[in-house]
Parts: sequence; structure tokens; C-alpha cells
Amino acid sequence: MAELAAVIASTHHPFYYRASTSTGADRPPFADEWVAKIERFRETLTVAEPDVLVMVGSDHFHQLWLDNMPQFLVGKAPFFDANFYNEEREFGLPRMLLRGEEELAAHLLRDGLDRGFDLAFSNELRIDHSITCPIITLRPQADLPIVPVYTNIFAPPLPQPKRFVQLGRAIREMVESWESDKRVAVIGTGHLSLELGGPRQFGEHGPDPEFDRKAVEWIAGGDIEGCLAEVSLDSLHAPGNATHGFMDFMLMMGVAGEGQKADHVDTLDLFHTMEAYFTWYPDGAPQAPGAPTEAVR
Amino acid sequence: MSRYLLDKFLYTVDRDPELVERYREDPAGTVAWWEAEMANRILNCVDAERSTWLSFTEDERRALREHDHVALFQMGAHPFLTLTLFIAMFERDHGPLEYQKAYGRAMQHISLPYPDIAT
Repeated sequence: MAELAAVIASTHHPFYYRASTSTGADRPPFADEWVAKIERFRETLTVAEPDVLVMVGSDHFHQLWLDNMPQFLVGKAPFFDANFYNEEREFGLPRMLLRGEEELAAHLLRDGLDRGFDLAFSNELRIDHSITCPIITLRPQADLPIVPVYTNIFAPPLPQPKRFVQLGRAIREMVESWESDKRVAVIGTGHLSLELGGPRQFGEHGPDPEFDRKAVEWIAGGDIEGCLAEVSLDSLHAPGNATHGFMDFMLMMGVAGEGQKADHVDTLDLFHTMEAYFTWYPDGAPQAPGAPTEAVR
Repeated sequence: MSRYLLDKFLYTVDRDPELVERYREDPAGTVAWWEAEMANRILNCVDAERSTWLSFTEDERRALREHDHVALFQMGAHPFLTLTLFIAMFERDHGPLEYQKAYGRAMQHISLPYPDIAT
């Protein structure tokens, strides 16, 4: 059976690529610290030596549109082109091409349907920055095949938070029941508190630092029950109008498991939003020569 | 109220570099053209298979014609679509993040709960 090599949850900040590659006067003052944190985060994936990446993210009205909107969708294709004109325009993101892992995608679809998740699928999916940002931060060589899993955190009506957790748990079981000798990392990205297009956007911090503090605690401690007790579709409006993206973190908590403390936890308080990075090793932390992985808090 | 159609306008303009420029330079002309030619186009169907029932209200037309992102927010247009398109049109006229901050400031009088964006 396949091995779950690592579970990784992260924010996806579309400005990282530009901030980390800019030089001179264009380089923002926080870029060096951000790059250092990302490089340490990247190492947590590298030492897990994955062969395949399951990438959980959410299309931002790029290919998926309101005339035909799936709640959960698996991409099954040999290749995925990536990033769109408006992401190039606003964030300077490069066009990319990633390989797909169709066998695992087919397994997730069949097994997911049989477990009661009526997953939609796409055989020609262009993926956006919710998936390419973690490729850029965690695996910039973009050399591993992926299975994209898109969730709807964006276009209401949305699935309930508990459904994200349930799908996360199911993804873990499905990965671990895949008849393969591959090592699979599941990587998912979402948001902490975030406001887009509303009065609280682009402030000195994220719109709700108190929510962010609690969210990091829930995720780092694997406190699914505590999180589900406080988070609802209604409550997520309060910390910021785009905070439903937090449900992708809840999905990743489902993958990691109840009560599972993250092996790597890091945050970075930026203007507009807080960055947060988490890695779990279901089978214990791998040891790489000269680069032991330690929890940073 | 046709939140869906507002979103469809923002979505189809935002993804097309020529339309972004056209809407910036000639909002009234672009809105009139779009409603006549594009509003009833089903994006995943050929041109001949169109809808027959979609149109803006006068308030919606006005908000789009006047580039009024505050009114669009209050009508429940998807805030991500509005923000992305308006950044594309107007960020260039301002210093770094100036436009984004002013965009938020223009909405300071709006408090929770925000208008429903469900379509």
C-alpha cells in the first residue's frame, strides 16, 4: 500500500513569488524573513521524500464558474497547465506545467464515490495559485506528479465545515489504501482570517488576529473537535469575508487526524493576512543527514 | 436583482485583457455591448445555444457604468471578482497598495453582516 509521507497545510500567498524573486528597491523589507521561513518549511517536504503530491486547493473563478459549480472535484489528467492571465497580471505568477498521477486520481474518485463523497471530476483542468503557490514554496522544481483536489470555499452555498474534515479523513484512508509502493504527501492550502474586496482589506495585519491565534492553535494541536465546536459557515463571516478558505485547513486537519500535533509549525505576520505553515509526519519525523526537522514551537 | 449576471460580467471581463482595457476606457459602451451580446451567452456552449432571459436592472447597469465598486459590493456582487478586476483597471494609476487601501476606505461605512453573495 502507498505510504502517507507527509501532511502539509499552508496559506497560499500569491505575492510570495514576486516578493522572493524581487531585488534591490523592489524587494520588500519582509522578504528575507519570509524566504527563510519558506525554505525551512520546504525542507519538511524534501526530507519526507515524496513521489506523488495530492494538492488540495480552490479555484478562484478561473476555470470553474457559477453555471456549473462543483463542491469537491478531483483532477484526473496526465498534465495540468497552471496559472491564468489575471494571476500573471496581478501577482506576476509564471505559467507552469505539472504532471498528473492518473492512477491515484482514479482511485480517489472510485473510492471516494463508494464512501459517499459524490466527487466531480475534470479531465482537463488548468490549476490556479491555490495549488501553484505551494508548488512554488514547497517544491519549486515542480518535478512530482500531482492529483489536484478542488474544494468550493468561494461560491455559496458551500459545504459545511464538518464535510471538509470528513473529506480530509477519507483522503487519508484512500491514500493509505492505494495499491502502490509510492510515497504520497498531501498538501492543502487555505487562509486564516482574510478580507478581499471589503472594508477590512489590506490592513496592517490580517483582519482578525484573535481568530488567527486560535486557528493556529487548533491546527497545530490537531484540535478538530474544538475547531468544529466554534466554526460554522455563519461564524466564518466575522473574521473576514474570505475566511471560508479556512475550511481547507480544516480538511487538512482531517487528513492529519484528531489530536495529532504538527511536527512543524511556523507563522509570519504580514500586512493584509497572516501566513501559517504546518507539517505532520504520520509515521514519525524522517531524519535527513545534517538537517533534522524540529518543531519550531 | 441579478447577482449572477453582475458576477458574470465581472468574470468575463476580468479574464480577457482586451475587455479589461475596454471597460476601463469606455464603461458605458462596454456595459451596453456586453448586455446585448454577452449576457445570454452560456460560456460552455456554442454561440447558437444561448439563454434568453438575462438582463441587468437599471441600478446594476448604473453601478457598472460608473465603476462603482461600493454599490457593487452592496448589491452582493462577488467581492473577489470586483476587487480583482478593479485592481487590473486602476492600480496602475497609483503607488504600491495605494489603490487597494483606498478601495477599502471607500467602504468603511459598511459593517457586518455584509450583503449576501449567494447566487
